[in-house]
Amino acid sequence: MSTPVTDAIEIPVAAPPRPARQIRHRIGARQAAENALTLAWRSIMQLKHSPEKLLDVVLMPIVFLVLFLYVFGGVVSGSTHAYLEVLLPGLFAQMAIFASMGLGTALCEDIHKGVFDRFRSLPAARSAPLIGAVLGDTVRFCAVMAVLTGFGSALGFRFHTSPLQILGAYALAYAFYMGICWISVLVGLVAPRPETVQGISFIWTMPLVFGSSVLLANTSTMPGWLQAWVKVNPVTDLADSVRALTVGGPLGMHVWYTLAWAAGIVLVTFPLAMRMYARKL
Amino acid sequence: MTHVIEAEGLTKRFGTTQALAGVDIAAPAGRVLALLGPNGAGKTTAVRILATLLRPDGGRASIAGYDVVNQAVEVRQLIALTGQFASVDDELTGTENLIMIGRLLGLTRLTAKGRAREMIERFDLADAAGRAVKTYSGGMRRRLDLAASLLGQPEVLFLDEPTTGLDPRARNQVWDTVKSVVAGGSTVLLTTQYLDEADELADQIVVIDHGRVVADGTPAELKARTGGQTLVVRAADRSHTGHISAAVAEITGARPEVHDDTGLVLAAAGDMRHSPAMLSALVRRLDEAGIVAAELGLRLPSLDEVFLTLTGHSADDSDNDQTPGRAA
Repeated sequence: MSTPVTDAIEIPVAAPPRPARQIRHRIGARQAAENALTLAWRSIMQLKHSPEKLLDVVLMPIVFLVLFLYVFGGVVSGSTHAYLEVLLPGLFAQMAIFASMGLGTALCEDIHKGVFDRFRSLPAARSAPLIGAVLGDTVRFCAVMAVLTGFGSALGFRFHTSPLQILGAYALAYAFYMGICWISVLVGLVAPRPETVQGISFIWTMPLVFGSSVLLANTSTMPGWLQAWVKVNPVTDLADSVRALTVGGPLGMHVWYTLAWAAGIVLVTFPLAMRMYARKL
Repeated sequence: MTHVIEAEGLTKRFGTTQALAGVDIAAPAGRVLALLGPNGAGKTTAVRILATLLRPDGGRASIAGYDVVNQAVEVRQLIALTGQFASVDDELTGTENLIMIGRLLGLTRLTAKGRAREMIERFDLADAAGRAVKTYSGGMRRRLDLAASLLGQPEVLFLDEPTTGLDPRARNQVWDTVKSVVAGGSTVLLTTQYLDEADELADQIVVIDHGRVVADGTPAELKARTGGQTLVVRAADRSHTGHISAAVAEITGARPEVHDDTGLVLAAAGDMRHSPAMLSALVRRLDEAGIVAAELGLRLPSLDEVFLTLTGHSADDSDNDQTPGRAA
């Protein structure tokens, strides 16, 4: 008796075995950091493909340097050259704040697109889209500082301090920028539409920027109430720190106040931003 | 049979609008379940809840046993969602989008790049891979969106109106993808307002309307539920249409509907117990009269007719009683 020969042709299995899946129960700090860096990379790639988005931060330092220098220079310091040493360090602070405003608009636009749904449905850290956006904004900071320094030098600005102090000035401005960016994030999350972000941003940035020592190192001619405001304004601390670190002079406690403000802003705005972001669900 | 997707009594309200008023869904593993309903029926709301994007007001839902609210971290490792609005980044290239997703899924840079390349090949996007997505056509964008969803080999794929706004060719590509995903062992839940799409893809259909499930079953069951079949005849020679119409009227006892432009004669033929006999009677009658039919047969009700029967209104009259913003 012969047994039937088994068919030699292999029949394909309909469903191939799926890879065993290791289900994680929480997202660790390391993964959260990696996710944030991935989304920072996303922001940077976006700028690479649409460099025109950097146009505002490239033009801003040029416009403000020229305007303030030639409008106020003679009156304030007797000569534009003398005023440049007061103005340019002050503009570090002003530019940091103005450059951070773009983030709110970008974020507000982003959230209304489908791609944020994708991020939310992935097993990635919740905080990553926001932290990534802030970190990615480093490019805008670098652009605004590069143009400010380059164009300022062309107009005759010279550093009078050691390279380490100069580096310290940029680092301090960057630390402040990373803090102030979170206010922008908050505005981006609160604003009903991207077009409204700019309007809201102007309201909080104007008193900070102009009620400070950005344009004038000597604030003694201001009325008392304004002097009091200028004194507590962190922008004054940053402007005075950068002045001391780039052209010399007494540093005082300004660096520590600036750092404390930056840290304080993050401590307050980050949890708020995360709550708002979660509520967008 | 185990259910990969389970939902019980889901409710969700947006302001004064009750988007979901108690929806139950159960989808077995490795099948396609279609949520069928008109605009504003609550389909997207249901999918967004199942995909952990929205918290339900009431009821519970789970994916592979993990609760979508309390175990969202676990659920997100099993699912992928392609939404109504393309969930890819317009300003990145196709490849960059896929690498980004891979990295967010926890793949190493090298693996993410390799996987991105595979998906670009599989979805026929090689020519456009290096271009910003904003330059893509609707069909390409949807393919990239699917590629992004499938990159992590999800157990459950949610597709929210995956073919809305696509041309027929792009639509067929999406359909093929859905079939291959299911052949690979995944479960698919798709929403659609196109009845032919549900008919083509779904093993099971849940019909929802005004936030409630109004019917549930296989496509065949739903069609059978509404009962009546239709007798359809068309004469080869148009001049015989009148004669045919008279014969049909006599056999079915119903007044036939005659389409003058096509010469089509239609009449309700009751359910399966009577309709075959009517058909053979008609064949004999036409034979005797020497009339040749170009078309002759029994038609099951279309899902359009099913929908009309179940809900009392047709699927495409979008009564805009719903829903704020994206939660339609």
